[in-house]
Amino acid sequence: MTKLPDAETLLPKLAAELRGHITPASAMIGLHTGGAWLAERLHPLLGMKDPLGLMDIAFYRDDYAKEGLKHDPKRTKIPFEVEGRDLLLVDDVLYTGRTVRAAMNELFDYGRPRSISLVVLADRGGRQLPIAAQHVGARVEVPAGKRLRLKRGASGKLSLELEDGG
Amino acid sequence: MKLLIKGGRVVDPASGRDELGDVFVSGGKISDKKEKADQTIDAKGLVVAPGLIDLSARLREPGYEYKATLESEMDAAVAGGVTSLACPPDTDPPLDEPGLVDMLRRRAKALARARVYPVGALTVKLAGERLTEMAELAEAGCVAFSQANAPLADTQVLWRAMQYAATFGFPVWLRAEDRSLAHGGVAHDGEVATRLGLPGIPSFAETIALGTLLQLVRATGTRVHVCRLSTAVAVEMIRAAKKEGLPVSCDVGIHHVHLSEMDLGYYDSHCRLEPPLRSQRDRDALAAGLADGTVDCAVSDHTPVDEDQKQMPFAEAEPGATGLELLLPLLLKWGAAKKLPLAKTLARVTSDAARILGVQTGRIEAGLPADLVLFDPQQSWRVAPEVLRSQGKNTPFLGYELAGRVRTTIVAGNVVYEQR
Amino acid sequence: MAANPQLNANGELQHLLSIEGLPREILVQILDTAEPFAGVTEREVKKVPLMRGKSVFNLFFEASTRTRTTFEIAAKRLSADVINLNVAASSQSKGESLLDTVANLSAMQADVFVVRHGSSGAPYLIARHVKPHEHVINAGDGRHAHPTQGLLDLYTIRHYKKDFTGLTVAIVGDVLHSRVARSLIHGLTTLGAPEVRVIGPQTLLPAGVESLGVRVFHDMRAGLKGCDVVVMLRLQNERMNGALLPSAQEFFKHYGLTADKLALAKADAIVMHPGPMNRGVEIDSSVADGPHSVILPQVTFGIAVRMAVMSIVAGN
Repeated sequence: MTKLPDAETLLPKLAAELRGHITPASAMIGLHTGGAWLAERLHPLLGMKDPLGLMDIAFYRDDYAKEGLKHDPKRTKIPFEVEGRDLLLVDDVLYTGRTVRAAMNELFDYGRPRSISLVVLADRGGRQLPIAAQHVGARVEVPAGKRLRLKRGASGKLSLELEDGG
Repeated sequence: MKLLIKGGRVVDPASGRDELGDVFVSGGKISDKKEKADQTIDAKGLVVAPGLIDLSARLREPGYEYKATLESEMDAAVAGGVTSLACPPDTDPPLDEPGLVDMLRRRAKALARARVYPVGALTVKLAGERLTEMAELAEAGCVAFSQANAPLADTQVLWRAMQYAATFGFPVWLRAEDRSLAHGGVAHDGEVATRLGLPGIPSFAETIALGTLLQLVRATGTRVHVCRLSTAVAVEMIRAAKKEGLPVSCDVGIHHVHLSEMDLGYYDSHCRLEPPLRSQRDRDALAAGLADGTVDCAVSDHTPVDEDQKQMPFAEAEPGATGLELLLPLLLKWGAAKKLPLAKTLARVTSDAARILGVQTGRIEAGLPADLVLFDPQQSWRVAPEVLRSQGKNTPFLGYELAGRVRTTIVAGNVVYEQR
Repeated sequence: MAANPQLNANGELQHLLSIEGLPREILVQILDTAEPFAGVTEREVKKVPLMRGKSVFNLFFEASTRTRTTFEIAAKRLSADVINLNVAASSQSKGESLLDTVANLSAMQADVFVVRHGSSGAPYLIARHVKPHEHVINAGDGRHAHPTQGLLDLYTIRHYKKDFTGLTVAIVGDVLHSRVARSLIHGLTTLGAPEVRVIGPQTLLPAGVESLGVRVFHDMRAGLKGCDVVVMLRLQNERMNGALLPSAQEFFKHYGLTADKLALAKADAIVMHPGPMNRGVEIDSSVADGPHSVILPQVTFGIAVRMAVMSIVAGN
């Protein structure tokens, strides 16, 4: 069994790294569901003036024709102007890059940001698109046939876990 | 031609006979003499019964040959064990003049299968305004007069027509349906129609019209056969009318004995029938009325409809179901459910129907025409378009397994159908 | 009885033909999915790429610019290609059968058929004959069903009242001819609204309407008492003078919604109407434009609900 890094340990490190990159134009968007949890924790640590944005990329997925619409999509809420901003896009695990591709497409329907940086808790490799994260909590090897997921406990404690299914 | 039908279970509803035995046919008639037969049919394991008499079967000629032809439907009749049938006048043009009736009879006779008894139109073009020349039509071969599925809107015309028919002693066969109340309706006005959003025909469209008919029977003394009862209350009304001694009889479509509004399912246009399929309570009352004899006969109300006219939204689909080949198995199914002896079950399509039609057939008795059916009551078959001889494949029973398969049909001593 | 023709082998929504017979979970799924779509319709770019490359055929055998437009907007906001066919004016008048029309369009590679037809059950017939990857959405059939309208009504009620379990809902007017009423009634009973009332004269209520699970009132004042939601139905012009009703005036007097009648409902009651309204026949202008009215939000929510329905069925 692979030893997974502890999310609660990675979190402050990631926050510390990000602090040096915050500009007056910075704003943060978390991707449902894991990325939103992570962003909810990071956002208060960084002292940004705008509230956190939350995004569900269900309507921008590239597997709709094959898989259909996912159940229970959430409303995307971006409570600030996207135009000209330095956006921190937060997700829990970076894998194929398809989610990030979809998120960027959705973002551009809100406006034209000055820059987008990708923040992830874990990068498990396996990219299928030319996408890289600028801020990574940890690189994690995931055995074939497993999926790496962020979980949130009843107390709000975050942890990385392996699940069956690629 | 002398024919021996050997070793079958001979069932004669008229006499109540039900025993293993032989039936001998000579010169087109049933005979009790034992002569040397030219042909012997082994009827072992089969029921030998009088050929079925169906009081309502549409042959679609003249006028609707694209739906069915006389030939295809006469094939269907004998394949269903039906040796006599009455055809309603709703052809195109309707059977309202002697020439048409004469031609139909000749054509049917030339095909030499089942006997065809035309029912003449009561009014010209079935339009409900002018009486037809009933006496002329009777001479041409009409056995009764009817409005088919176009009940008279004008009660005065109905009264006059009944008086006129009574003058000559002609029976009148009518559906009990108030035309205004039924107008625009396509389904029983009840729970299912409400749910499916289909315009309804209330039960009292039947009972109000039946009340009118019965009053006119009292006034005119006309012999009236009420066609296709569909409601429980109508069965009660007929029961009371018969008790009173009125010269009335009635029939029910065989589908209505088995099906109810619930069978409409998701708009199954095969269940679009006239009258509409009603509640389960109505269906049960019809089945019970048929068992106790209040309802005299069951009919197929055979109505071949082409696929195009059925593949339509429910209300636009043409009403009717094919029935000649289903009459026997559906009757047997009803008889089995009611636990009736076979003779009593078959009476509703043989001796009772013969009485209403005023013919000698429908019984197995020496000296009478040899119209017979040999069937295997146990053999089950799957109702499928390719099995049906009728050009109409429209039946709510498609895909069902039914028991009772005709093996041989004999009309006037001639074998007109043999199952291959 | 045959299997539910709306669901595929996995129990997912293959076609939307009627609210009746749909499990609660699917209704909730549609309403939940409509919520984020409502967010999309509030954005500056009101379009998502979900159904790019899919073709939606608006097949209207009965003219209705209004309903057709809402489906058109919904499809376009999903990036689908929309083809509008006013069949009432084309093939049907040339004698082409309903199924031939559908087969022809199907050959043009349709993904979704949005069907409006004057005959109850017509969308069922079409659904039985389309190819497995094609989907049918009923946009109103005869007096049978108008499921997307029913769903947008449900969405509106949930939006303002949060929950169905304590609600008393009154549906007023011509229930007999109303597909909207039938769809809403089934939706409300499925989602657990404890009391659904229908209010109208006997001539405008169908036989055995109680079997749908509603309470019948002929006196509007009694029927409105304590209601959380009042749904007014449209009275068609042709039914106003005849054997069903003597006049629009008399109907308005007894069954028109006025401020004084509305005062009998709960103080926070909402008033809905599927449109188009006959002011002064079924509803007074002061109520239609008043603080209880949510008639215009209904229209807005309608787009989101139709986006949800299209994207769910086309994805299954």
